[in-house]
Amino acid sequence: MIRSDAPVLLEIRDLRASVEEQPILKGVSLTIRAGEIHAVMGRNGSGKSTLSKVLAGHPAYRVIGGSVLYRGEDLLALEPEQRARIGLFLGFQYPVEIPGVSNLEFLRVATNARRQQQGHDELDTFAFEDLVHERLKVVQMDPAFLERSVNEGFSGGEKKRNEILQMALLEPLVAILDETDSGLDIDALRIVAGGVNHLASADNATLLITHYQRLLDVITPDYVHVMAAGRILRTGGKELALELEESGYDWVDAEIERLEATLAPGIALEVG
Amino acid sequence: MVAIPVGELRPQARTSPGQHWLTDLLASLPPSDIAPLASRQRQAREALAAVPLPSRRQETWRFTDAAAIPLIPAHPLEAPSAPIALPAPQPGVLRLVLDGRRDPLAGLTLPAGLERLAPAELEPLLGGSLAANGAAGTWPVLLNGALATPVLALRVGLALPTVLELVSDTGAATGVLGLRVLLVLEAGASLEVLEVHRARGASLTSVVVEARLGPNARLRHGLLAQGQAPQPGSIEPAGSAPAAPVLLHHLAVVQDPASELELIAAVSGFGLARLEPLVVQSSGAAFTRLRGLQRVDGSQVADTHSRVLFAGPDGRLDQVHKALADGAGRSVFNGAVIVPREAQRTDAAQLSRSLLLSDRARIDTKPELEIVADDVRCAHGATVSRLQQDELFYLQSRGIAADQAARLLLRGFCEEVLADLPAPASLWRPLQALMGEDPLR
Ligand SMILES: Nc1ncnc2c1ncn2[C@@H]1O[C@H](COP(=O)(O)OP(=O)(O)OP(=O)(O)O)[C@@H](O)[C@H]1O
Ligand SMILES: [Mg+2]
Repeated sequence: MIRSDAPVLLEIRDLRASVEEQPILKGVSLTIRAGEIHAVMGRNGSGKSTLSKVLAGHPAYRVIGGSVLYRGEDLLALEPEQRARIGLFLGFQYPVEIPGVSNLEFLRVATNARRQQQGHDELDTFAFEDLVHERLKVVQMDPAFLERSVNEGFSGGEKKRNEILQMALLEPLVAILDETDSGLDIDALRIVAGGVNHLASADNATLLITHYQRLLDVITPDYVHVMAAGRILRTGGKELALELEESGYDWVDAEIERLEATLAPGIALEVG
Repeated sequence: MVAIPVGELRPQARTSPGQHWLTDLLASLPPSDIAPLASRQRQAREALAAVPLPSRRQETWRFTDAAAIPLIPAHPLEAPSAPIALPAPQPGVLRLVLDGRRDPLAGLTLPAGLERLAPAELEPLLGGSLAANGAAGTWPVLLNGALATPVLALRVGLALPTVLELVSDTGAATGVLGLRVLLVLEAGASLEVLEVHRARGASLTSVVVEARLGPNARLRHGLLAQGQAPQPGSIEPAGSAPAAPVLLHHLAVVQDPASELELIAAVSGFGLARLEPLVVQSSGAAFTRLRGLQRVDGSQVADTHSRVLFAGPDGRLDQVHKALADGAGRSVFNGAVIVPREAQRTDAAQLSRSLLLSDRARIDTKPELEIVADDVRCAHGATVSRLQQDELFYLQSRGIAADQAARLLLRGFCEEVLADLPAPASLWRPLQALMGEDPLR
């Protein structure tokens, strides 16, 4: 839902980041307002996950330029845990297995960290059990998964459901879902997409990273961005995704080449 | 005649501070006149005088600094000034407190199926499991033989519903304590044991537990070694740190076919802790499950030297050893698995996982597989790593602060072993003790 007077939740300006001295993000700009659903698409290796991890504060990535404002606050100055507590959520492309740490306890500690930030009381084990059982329904997940170690031995699809369960508990303002649809069977995709739709409201926003139209059939994006070589190359409405489905990414190469030539210093611009 | 280099002629072992320590200790011990073990004790004392103290020069102590031993006052453990307060035992637990003085069974009615071995039965059995495991003559075992007077010797004749809790707590007392236990599980019998050793003074606790598992017998053995750094006291000369407690522990087991042994050990807080779980499957075809977890911090040293020998075919071993090394601590693991020719179709797996938490800490871990039989499955692996950045980040990205995330990960690492302890172990707060976070003591 696009409302031009809705408050800006996330404002990314010319964001540049590198990993191991390799520049990956080369100037990403993106504005997300409350109520909006954005989709980011793009070839493998184009920098989609990097963007999501830089936003969440992964220590392996170094920001070398640009800025990110989260509700007007400098997001990049915050520790990863603080970003989460104020309402940023990253659904991981590859959720991490943590042997020996109970999923239930992990979810409770995480939920309480967020609640504390919001000025709510911490939930004790009993109150939390009630909440988690209610939220399990959003993703139709078996309570048995609470008793296991975090993601340990979960199937690919189960891990993704566990991510959405976390999102349902943390109630973020900006949710970045990195390929939450990959690895899901058709029913699971419907359930997970239903969960995301259920959690989306006029006050929050969602950034979906995906390769597939089938997700966008169930979650209708307000904007579709195409990422390539560390930049957002093109932005359009939901029809851009359909166009990509038809024509693929070949046009991207030509455009990137032109762009790099434009930006490379000392090289004359060929104007046709 | 063979020329002997001058260096080797020096009677080093005799004059080293360690040997003085031993001489002083032996001189301080009461005479060995308690029947029926008097002659054994005398033999052990004589033999001990001829064996050098553990040092890095010996192969099995190569990575383990035993300098903490002669820092312990060389006399029998002093009597505590006040009785040590222990948490009340849980229901279904038979607690025996071992202090090296009193008979832990005095005045007790033992549950059906559990009985004390008569001296005549004890005599031929005592030392049998040690000998079968080739450990009868090692220094820690001889020291124990020289020290320990009452032997707690029990026979289990059925599936015992009671958990046997064996507890020693030397508190802040100083000196040397020897404890000796013999457990005989008859065919089909089963027993759960929880052994707890605590210390926080300059004390050395020497423990030798022998166990004999008859056919189809089952022993589940939890071991909590909970040392604590001594509080700086007034007795030490100004400026020198008080000596930290030492634990020398042997568990020597002989398993008959179709028996099951499960050992779950958690060790922390001692200046030096050396554990030697030794198992012989006398005719193979038994199951041995070993779980070990040790944590070192400060300048602590923890060393597990395990050895499993398959003396017949079709035996199984499932072993996991974990270590956490922080501060300038040193953790050593040596896991010997011996599969001679007659041990065909042995199935053994050994995994060692260590976490290095500080740049000054050190971890030495070594599987030692001697496999002669050809039709066997032996898997082993050893990893030493740091806390995984991706795991930490995942927790942080859910609002969990970095230090809390690290604690969660470490707890998770430990819980994988601690979760297997016999249920009454929770009384002793194994995780908090291991992490050095127990405010109750
Ligand atoms: N930690 C890292 N170390 C080294 N290279 C990295 C690291 N993270 C990302 N890269 C590189 O950065 C580029 C972008 O990777 P990223 O994971 O962001 O791509 P993506 O768009 O998410 O791809 P996919 O669609 O396959 O998930 C790739 O070339 C990748 O190899
Ligand atoms: Mg990706």
